[in-house]
Amino acid sequence: MQRLILLGDEAIGQGAIDGGMSGIYGYPGTPSTEIMEYVQNSKEADDKEIQYEWSANEKTAMEAALGMSYAGKRSMVCMKHVGLNVAADPFMNSAITGVNGGLIVVSADDPSMHSSQNEQDSRFYGKFAMIPILEPSNQQEAYNMAYTGFELSEKLGVPVLLRITTRLSHSRSGVEKQQSKTQRELSLPEDLKQFILLPANARGRYANLVKSQPAFESVAEDSKFNELFPGKNKKLGVIACGIAYNYLMENFRDQKPEYPILKISHYPLPRKKVEKLIFSCKEVLVMEEGYPIVEEMLKGFQEKGTKIKGRLDGSLPRVGELNPNHVAKSLGIKGHYGSKIPEFIPDRPPALCKGCGHADVYNALNEALEKYGKGKVFSDIGCYTLGALPPFNAINSCVDMGASVTMAVGAADAGLKPSVAVIGDSTFTHSGMTGLLDAVYKKSPITLIISDNSTAAMTGGQHSLGTNHLHDICNGLGVEKDHLRLIVPLKKNHKDNVKTIKEELKYDGVSVILAQRECVQTLLKKKKSKAR
Amino acid sequence: MKCDIILSGVGGQGILTIAAAIGMAALESELYLKQAEVHGMSQRGGAVQSNLRLSDTEIASDLIPYGQADLILSVEPMESLRYLPYLSDNGWLVTNTKPFINIPDYPNIEKIMKEIRKNPNHLILNADKMAMDLGSPRSTNIIMLGAASLYIDIPIENFEKGIQKLFGRKGEDVVKVNIEALHKGRDYGKSDQLTN
Repeated sequence: MQRLILLGDEAIGQGAIDGGMSGIYGYPGTPSTEIMEYVQNSKEADDKEIQYEWSANEKTAMEAALGMSYAGKRSMVCMKHVGLNVAADPFMNSAITGVNGGLIVVSADDPSMHSSQNEQDSRFYGKFAMIPILEPSNQQEAYNMAYTGFELSEKLGVPVLLRITTRLSHSRSGVEKQQSKTQRELSLPEDLKQFILLPANARGRYANLVKSQPAFESVAEDSKFNELFPGKNKKLGVIACGIAYNYLMENFRDQKPEYPILKISHYPLPRKKVEKLIFSCKEVLVMEEGYPIVEEMLKGFQEKGTKIKGRLDGSLPRVGELNPNHVAKSLGIKGHYGSKIPEFIPDRPPALCKGCGHADVYNALNEALEKYGKGKVFSDIGCYTLGALPPFNAINSCVDMGASVTMAVGAADAGLKPSVAVIGDSTFTHSGMTGLLDAVYKKSPITLIISDNSTAAMTGGQHSLGTNHLHDICNGLGVEKDHLRLIVPLKKNHKDNVKTIKEELKYDGVSVILAQRECVQTLLKKKKSKAR
Repeated sequence: MKCDIILSGVGGQGILTIAAAIGMAALESELYLKQAEVHGMSQRGGAVQSNLRLSDTEIASDLIPYGQADLILSVEPMESLRYLPYLSDNGWLVTNTKPFINIPDYPNIEKIMKEIRKNPNHLILNADKMAMDLGSPRSTNIIMLGAASLYIDIPIENFEKGIQKLFGRKGEDVVKVNIEALHKGRDYGKSDQLTN
């Protein structure tokens, strides 16, 4: 058996390759990006002719993965947690259609919001869709779950949600690789109506999904990813979900834990195992990364005199990611702290790179907006969100992919003048184009700046699908020729750029300013690879 | 053997290269390894760190608990202080001297150095200058690694093999200069120990 050192994300990529996957889809988003990148860089994936291109957004990716499943082959779709909101429509309905070829949906959550707008817990989506959830505790389990997940999906007839969190996504460890499975042949679903969710069919499919729940639970009950470890001290029992299990075990490095422990990595919750623990212990402490979903379930339905502790009663922090120190405290284990951080050490927030085109865009925009005052600029998700920080202080919103365009439309409707949106190229093709169509249709007085650096820069420079086509796209959506302007965001063009922006701010209709200059990071990368 | 290391610096300074080099050396020594790193927004010039854990027995957590790090290896002086709560009583603080100033409120450098020297086990080196002297400015991080290697219980030959693997694709010259950098850092560390 081959032993590899892999990030949690990479382990999933390798597990899926070895598990007989024929196609992987996704949209880049921290902390999920490296799953797709790993497959893209894998020679093995090339040899097996696995499909691995980025999609325009998470919804289109989810749909493509479902299409591959329809055609009988195994597919995976990867996204960050908030990406699952974008893909929620096909995701929820894929539980109703069910699958033909195995389908794994990977959602990478970001508790503590290292690089995100919220810390939503994807397990709620799994529960909402009523499908099994796998939550690995380490890199090897991440590999094993991707490796065996397609078969689980095929056996149960529904997609499987694989939920990971930042720490596992971006931490490396040794992983043992299994023998590679062959891909499935093209084969249509036995029932050609399976995927037609007309109400009459959908009712039948939904009834089937509901009826399958006990079977899903029974598989989770026997899953090797869930394990009940006995312990002598029954004053406390511990339920440790996913990566929380590692933090728990970190506190018992040299000895066996005295408490009974239930490790959970496969949902729905294995009821029998949970009850066995709860009914034999005086108190139960629930450790879970993300929201207190398991704790809430146990509090509501299972409590029979057993005190349930966790994130809700303050035994563990209600928000943010767990770590070994939180877990030690919840067990009453005293920690040993090093020295304090000297008080004079300031934070070092991220910043736009030296020479970044976004900076020139914001400098020009700030000057053009001077006479209108603050509070007029909606923005979006990407490196340019850093325009919210000094020295720019240039933007007033960052909500979700594409929201800059449509929030500007709504604010303009309310009478805000001027109403400006700043969006990046990849975010524009992800979810900004449809909003621009809204604006064109109703002749909304907005000024949209597409700060085009021709890459998905924040996530490390993935291919941006609209590169070289943005002008045509805007044209095609109906933006007037005279108000579709092109600028090059460079210091030497500053005066001209301010003038162009000022002109368009005055226009009482849709203006789009395409600010085009390549990302300095991708430019550097290209130069380096050329020099080699 | 257990060695918990915090690597620190500023996004873009290449601490992940150091992590990779130590990782390769650990593999040569057949150790267990876990290495948590930071991707995404903070890579754009923000404070970054990586938790690297080595052990001859299995490792549970990807994150190092407070007070347990055996080594803080920082390629930027101020950043070395940000992780002090993680350093164990006997742990070593190894840092580069060259400040990376991309914030308006960067503290006085003398104040920072004074704070670093308060730690009983510290090793301070001007790795940028040493890399320049070597004619290989890009080897700063490997010089830092060489100095820190004194406090990582892995034979120096395995660090050399790790560098060979890491830079092999870039050609023999690159490998050679980085192995030189490794020794230069290590020798500096040794002489510093003698004089203190």
